[in-house]
Amino acid sequence: MNYLNETIDSLNYKLKSGAVSADQLAKDTITNIKKTDEKINAFITVDEDAKPAEDLDFNNKLAGVPIAIKDNIITNGLKTTAASHILYNFEPVYESTVVAKLKAAQATIIGKTNMDEFAMGSSTETSYFGATKNPWNLNKVPGGSSGGSAAAVASGEVVAALGSDTGGSIRQPASFNGIFGIKPTYGRVSRWGLIAFASSLDQIGVMSKRVKDSAEVLNVIAGADDRDATVSEKEVPDYTSFLGKDVKGLRVAVPKEYMSDAVEEGVRKAVETQIELLRANGAIINEVSLPHTKYVVPTYYIIASSEASANLERYDGIRYGYRAEAKNLDEVFLKSRSEGFGDEVKRRIMLGSFALSAGAYDKFFLQAAKVRTLICQDFDKIFEDNDVIVGPVSTETAFDLNSEISDQIKMYNNDILTISVNMAGIPAASVPAGLSETTGMPVGFQIMAKRFDEGHVFQVADFIERNNKFYEQTPAGLED
Amino acid sequence: MNFTSTIGLEVHFELKTKSKIFSPSPVTYGAKPNTETNVIDWGYPGTLPMVNKEVYRLGLMVALATHSHINPVTHFDRKNYFYPDNPKAYQITQFFKPLAENGYVEVEVHGKKKKIHIHEMHIEEDAGKNTHGTNGFSYVDYNRQGVPLLEVVSEPEMTDPDEAVAYLEKLREIVQFTGASDVKMEEGSMRIDTNISIRPAGQKELGTKVEMKNLNSFEHVRLSLAYEQKRQQEILLSGGRVRLSTRRFDTNTGKTVLERVKEGDADYRYFPEPDLPPYHIKQEWVDEIAANLPKTADERRKIYVDEYGLKPYDANVLLQNKESSDFFDATVAAGADPQQAANWMNTQVNGYLNEKHAELKDIALTPENLAAMIKLISDGTISSKIAKKVFAETVANGTDPKKYVEENGMAQLSDESVLAPMVKEVVDANPQSVEDYKNGKDRAIGFLVGQIMKQTRGKANPKVINKLLLADLASR
Repeated sequence: MNYLNETIDSLNYKLKSGAVSADQLAKDTITNIKKTDEKINAFITVDEDAKPAEDLDFNNKLAGVPIAIKDNIITNGLKTTAASHILYNFEPVYESTVVAKLKAAQATIIGKTNMDEFAMGSSTETSYFGATKNPWNLNKVPGGSSGGSAAAVASGEVVAALGSDTGGSIRQPASFNGIFGIKPTYGRVSRWGLIAFASSLDQIGVMSKRVKDSAEVLNVIAGADDRDATVSEKEVPDYTSFLGKDVKGLRVAVPKEYMSDAVEEGVRKAVETQIELLRANGAIINEVSLPHTKYVVPTYYIIASSEASANLERYDGIRYGYRAEAKNLDEVFLKSRSEGFGDEVKRRIMLGSFALSAGAYDKFFLQAAKVRTLICQDFDKIFEDNDVIVGPVSTETAFDLNSEISDQIKMYNNDILTISVNMAGIPAASVPAGLSETTGMPVGFQIMAKRFDEGHVFQVADFIERNNKFYEQTPAGLED
Repeated sequence: MNFTSTIGLEVHFELKTKSKIFSPSPVTYGAKPNTETNVIDWGYPGTLPMVNKEVYRLGLMVALATHSHINPVTHFDRKNYFYPDNPKAYQITQFFKPLAENGYVEVEVHGKKKKIHIHEMHIEEDAGKNTHGTNGFSYVDYNRQGVPLLEVVSEPEMTDPDEAVAYLEKLREIVQFTGASDVKMEEGSMRIDTNISIRPAGQKELGTKVEMKNLNSFEHVRLSLAYEQKRQQEILLSGGRVRLSTRRFDTNTGKTVLERVKEGDADYRYFPEPDLPPYHIKQEWVDEIAANLPKTADERRKIYVDEYGLKPYDANVLLQNKESSDFFDATVAAGADPQQAANWMNTQVNGYLNEKHAELKDIALTPENLAAMIKLISDGTISSKIAKKVFAETVANGTDPKKYVEENGMAQLSDESVLAPMVKEVVDANPQSVEDYKNGKDRAIGFLVGQIMKQTRGKANPKVINKLLLADLASR
């Protein structure tokens, strides 16, 4: 079963009408994943025993629909590694809230997708289980850190997948793979069971080819949870209710910092085309400024790495995960961590530990926290007069495998257009804006809105999707 | 040369909650290792803490009882350190915005009253417990991981060991009577760290401090501080320098022993806990807690002595712990005479508890039964001799004294119309005793009382018998 031409609605219809059984669907899905993954390596674990829920109720849109889960989200009894050697064999004994909700909605959890180790990276090349490849061009990265989820959706292995986004980890790979991906408001989706990278920035979201499918999945996973103190109790609207609308009178802000020369020409042109589309359909386009954009990269890397340095201290080889052969206890700790973590993870642990250390705290962590407040204020100000902010997701399209992995500064700087969103905690999505004229690779159009205003994000994304119908294009890298 | 000592105390109290501070695991002292744990306590990947609100409430009670300023917005922070009993490798504590600050307790030392100020108090999670086996293995018990703690940090303003102990006694009493903690040092629900530095009298700048951790009793606090005073003085007098260090009190030798020298303050890389949003403490809630705060020991002492007329000594025995004071209050509330209730509590009840190595909550006696028994004595239904039997029954089995006395025919015979003929009969039958009595031998009375008791199988009310007997004899 390949999902390139399927939606949750079409699957729901097929299952309900008996054209295919949920059991058969799960089996065919696994067969197709195995075949496709020989090329793209999107999955770390495929659940060979994946069984649809019993007594399927097809009023549940997700009933019997196979969904893939990023491998930093806990699945009870199914190996969860965060793509790290240090958790290479970790079998959780409890369930994450999002997976519990998906199961309650009778979705079939089909497997766990590849990612950058502990979600640290923008290319899915830091995975202990090998890099994932971009279905549009197998020599290119799928982006990251949710590169496995993005490639799995783009190649039609699944109709939808969960990802997580700490600094762009859903939006950038969605952009690189020509699919839709939404990072909801911080606090919209429970983090119970999300293996923490940077707790104040991490948020689980959805990736799918079609905008509506993400709305369907977000309807299921969003909402209050008494296991996460940072999740909101705000009521969850039906996100599909924001679809099918026009954009007349919609106030759209375009930050000038997001359209600078640092953005590749092909990307900028594709994004401008979407802005013109909105304008032509009655949207009011306002050029605005996010003046603190130039500080977001260092600010983000200080905050995210500081939190990560504490979050990753627990991996010591004792209670779970990888344990190195050693002569004594101290050596167990030392060797397990030395051998269990990859270079990028170690780099961030060191950076974060330093930023929090006595003497450095005031200069780095505290300063970054202050800049974060300023970034939030930048957004608040724009949202006083605008419904959404739009721009590119990334300065570039998918780059070549192994081309940037050794140049961290360049890779970090590429996150400049996505990380502000995480620091402000607002929702944002990437919707396909066509192929770049210069590289021939997909470009993502980013849509941001106020906290808990996912509705406007869906409205604009759906409008773009309806007009450019990018979903009709098939990834070139999959052709034999 | 004279020296001035500066002593500061950090006291950890385990807060008495049913479940842990950040996880739903139960908290039971002495449970089998690792049976009261879950994925949160293990620090499993992906788990998150949720604050047990009861922890705030108990902490706020102590804050109020120590006149502390309550921070309207408080938040948790991560304190990073790597140790096997600390499964997340950070402790969730309060560093930047503790629950409360600037409190005090009032103590009396050497006949002088003094306020000892509290710098701050914060809530935090306890760590697990490491034990080292003789087989080369070490073991970790995570039952204690996540037990809620309240750490109370004094200002360093005590100047001698007696003052330190007076502060500890007062603080323990205050905390105990809020009901926030069991304050049992032997079970670790109260733990004490001390620090002490000395400097030549008149010198402004403080000396280098030495810390001592986990002292087991107030007496050890006193002895270790006194030892340190002397040791540090000798070093300074001989021209040496005190080293910033942690020392351990050796209970066998009565000396302190160097544990480790510190290069400087440990770097715990504190930062705000991102998993827990700041907590706003509503004034209405604080007011409600204040209004329902249990009476302090001082307030109770005043009632016992001034209103009930108890001797200060008896009052203090009752106030040894909150349980016994609460039990006494309930007994009085159930209608017992306070003096009688105090006598029974401080002698028979305490005696029973000591014999059984038990606590009030473990035994069958209820305040209602104790009060009922005391009432049976004061209304003359039973004699104090019979009362001992009744007490033994009700303390062991929780039997209702009134019912027990009725069912076993233990009530005293006080009815004069029944007893008078018996008295007459006994006197008639013993002319020799009458003779002896007339000749001034008072002992004869005792014999006659004994005879009547014999006939009534000990149930006759001795007071009534005495009265009737004297009247009868006088008439002859």
